[in-house]
Amino acid sequence: MTKRILKFNIYRYDPDVDRKPYMQDIEVEVDATDRKLLDALVKLKAKDDSIAFRRSCREGVCGSDGMNINGTNGLACLADLSTFPDGKTIVLRPLPGLPVIRDLIVDMTQFFKQYHSIKPYLINNDPLPERERLQSPEEREELNGLYECILCACCSTACPTFWWNPDKFVGPAGLLAAYRFIADTRDQATNERLDNLEDPYRLFRCHTIMNCVEVCPKGLNPTKAIGKIKDMMVRRII
Amino acid sequence: MKVTVRKFDAVIVGAGGAGLRAAIQLSEAGLKTAVLSKVFPTRSHTVAAQGGVAASLGNSEEDHWHWHMYDTVKGSDWLGDQDAIEFMCKKANEVVIELEHYGMPFDRLDNGRIYQRPFGGHMSNFGEKPVRRSCAAADRTGHAMLHAMYQRNVKANTQFFVEWLALDLIRDAEGDVLGVTAMEMETGDLYAFHAKATIFATGGAGRIYYSSTNAFINTGDGAGMAARAGIPLEDMEFWQFHPTGVAGAGVLITEGVRGEGGILRNSAGERFMERYAPNAKDLASRDVVSRAMVTEINEGRGCGPNKDFVLLDITHLPPETIMKRLPGIHEIALQFAGVDALREPIPVVPTCHYQMGGIPTNFKGQVVVPGKRSQNEIVPGFYAAGECACASVHGANRLGTNSLLDLLVFGKSAGESAVDEMKQSPKPHKELPADAFDRTLERLHRLNTQKDGASVHETQLDMQRTMQKHAGVFRFADLLKQGVQKIIEVQKDVERTEIKDKSKVFNTARVEALELDNLIEVAVATMVSAEARKESRGAHVRDDAPDTPERPDGRDDVNWLKHSLWFKDANRLEYKSVTLRPLTVETIALKKRAY
Repeated sequence: MTKRILKFNIYRYDPDVDRKPYMQDIEVEVDATDRKLLDALVKLKAKDDSIAFRRSCREGVCGSDGMNINGTNGLACLADLSTFPDGKTIVLRPLPGLPVIRDLIVDMTQFFKQYHSIKPYLINNDPLPERERLQSPEEREELNGLYECILCACCSTACPTFWWNPDKFVGPAGLLAAYRFIADTRDQATNERLDNLEDPYRLFRCHTIMNCVEVCPKGLNPTKAIGKIKDMMVRRII
Repeated sequence: MKVTVRKFDAVIVGAGGAGLRAAIQLSEAGLKTAVLSKVFPTRSHTVAAQGGVAASLGNSEEDHWHWHMYDTVKGSDWLGDQDAIEFMCKKANEVVIELEHYGMPFDRLDNGRIYQRPFGGHMSNFGEKPVRRSCAAADRTGHAMLHAMYQRNVKANTQFFVEWLALDLIRDAEGDVLGVTAMEMETGDLYAFHAKATIFATGGAGRIYYSSTNAFINTGDGAGMAARAGIPLEDMEFWQFHPTGVAGAGVLITEGVRGEGGILRNSAGERFMERYAPNAKDLASRDVVSRAMVTEINEGRGCGPNKDFVLLDITHLPPETIMKRLPGIHEIALQFAGVDALREPIPVVPTCHYQMGGIPTNFKGQVVVPGKRSQNEIVPGFYAAGECACASVHGANRLGTNSLLDLLVFGKSAGESAVDEMKQSPKPHKELPADAFDRTLERLHRLNTQKDGASVHETQLDMQRTMQKHAGVFRFADLLKQGVQKIIEVQKDVERTEIKDKSKVFNTARVEALELDNLIEVAVATMVSAEARKESRGAHVRDDAPDTPERPDGRDDVNWLKHSLWFKDANRLEYKSVTLRPLTVETIALKKRAY
């Protein structure tokens, strides 16, 4: 790929100056060294320094640059420029359902509040052993597909239930984290964790729409984790 | 501009590995602590560490902290302080076990213990043969670690100030540190955090180079703030170029790939490391491997149409091993090199990765500067840990997996030192001086009123290209000399950067301009210190200090076995001696480094 002009249509809102949000058309030239959408955004910002977005690691592991790209949530640093058809405008919006602070930057308070609500830390009240707690490779494997979450919020903000009840429904990211601790043989708070989710909204508002699975940039499956928690709830009653 | 003052017992700047580890110490001691971070804690760059954390647990084979200490001293090319190195290697098991207790999902051996893999420069029995010392969670060790420590802080109710950018260090007339000024990014409002203890854990500044494995946020904020407040920076000429950054993209490919059996090959398909390091081969120390790669490329044995990279080959490894131990690498190779690593080798080049130097500290995490009584006088109220600090355990070259260990051990010890100081000799807050906010207000005023200034983006690129060309893997006396002039020219542009956007709410243009103020201090410190050091040692290898019988590898212990201290004031350099005496064991005697 040599030089190429990319057309963008970007959601803009700066509460200091804009009475309401608007969509801005802007173009930028990229070259062969620009591989990802984030590279193009960095060039856009050099052109217009008022465009605001979050970014850090640029390799899909810090979770900063989640945004809505042509209608689908994803990370700008993993969206390959070669996948955008020539001449077609790329539409960028902030992650849906959360309040916008400015441009592509959303207020993630509600998202993290839900994450914190599931007690995202290991609970084990035994006296600390001198060495590591033992765990077999098979037991450890249970955590694969769970611990890799980067808290980018692509999943929760793609979830209609989370849009409607961000204050009551934990959301896919938080529930994935809840199951990460339930599945950990070192954790002793399974019952407490299930109690914490025993509520018409917190867990059971998941209607297995599976948007979360589709958008997760790490290829994780929150719906499966949610299903396992629901199973445990049912088995607990029987 | 109004500055609101908030009082805390302690303020920690940075919420990566070192900051979070220090925060656990302070929060669990019940002190009123503020942790400032310009990104949500789990976005800090520790998250990108891959291969593991070193500890001589001996889970797979016999190991000993003393062997680890030997390797670290040798890796540092004897520039590391042996008291700090002994302290770190001895503490390794304790801090890694603590992490496991916090819930870190380490990989496991069949007997249930933590999985360990070999890593470059880590050997058994004082340099004999590679040893499995790196404790790993697949190739996502940093991510697993950072999340586990954030989670532990959630449990401990640590008070975070997320997306707050620290701006300047506050010192009084006696030189005591009394906190920092900071900007809340969401509102653009200014605050001062008035504290009895200020702990810097701001990470490195790898973004001074054009090609870097580092995140955008690695802008040396702590080093910049310290330098502006008159604190020297130590050993800034030593930068680690990681052998395996993805060619073109710069994204890191862990050394764990070679730990699991990966091999570097040139255009002839030759495993060239056999020639450069007959014993350790691909697992020699990073500086050695990076130089070998650049030599291969310079001598025309590079790969690709421009012969400008070499290949990292894992196609001979069982696919199960790759998918189990290196799943993230498989993903990165697909995403950033467009290759399926199961079938094709990955194009790689040495890429700027780690800042060995930094804010000078002792092994307790206390910041020390030369004074009337000693070359290491404690700066009251000031601590630093992790990549922003120089304890110095890495000396002229860091071993892989020692960075995660560094941030755990010194994050903890900085936290402990701050707690001890406050509990043993409780004192009220010292009064803020009248000029406490002046530097910050001047910087912001300048930026808000600059006319016909320089572009932040272009100036940063100028700096990065200058560093890349003049202070790279191999260094040349004439290029370094020109480099000093050039980087001082760039500094003049940094002093007149202009932002078009003057708004208050989440103004990332302003943030980037303020970050560049920090980067440039690190860049100038690096170039000036590198130009002055007329020897080759570790990662600093000069053309005019070649390998000779009198000075093997160009190392000059008679004149240069000393730490550089760069002061912002007139780019002044001072030197201080290396601590060769460990805490309890015998000195590891100077000798030629060979792998």
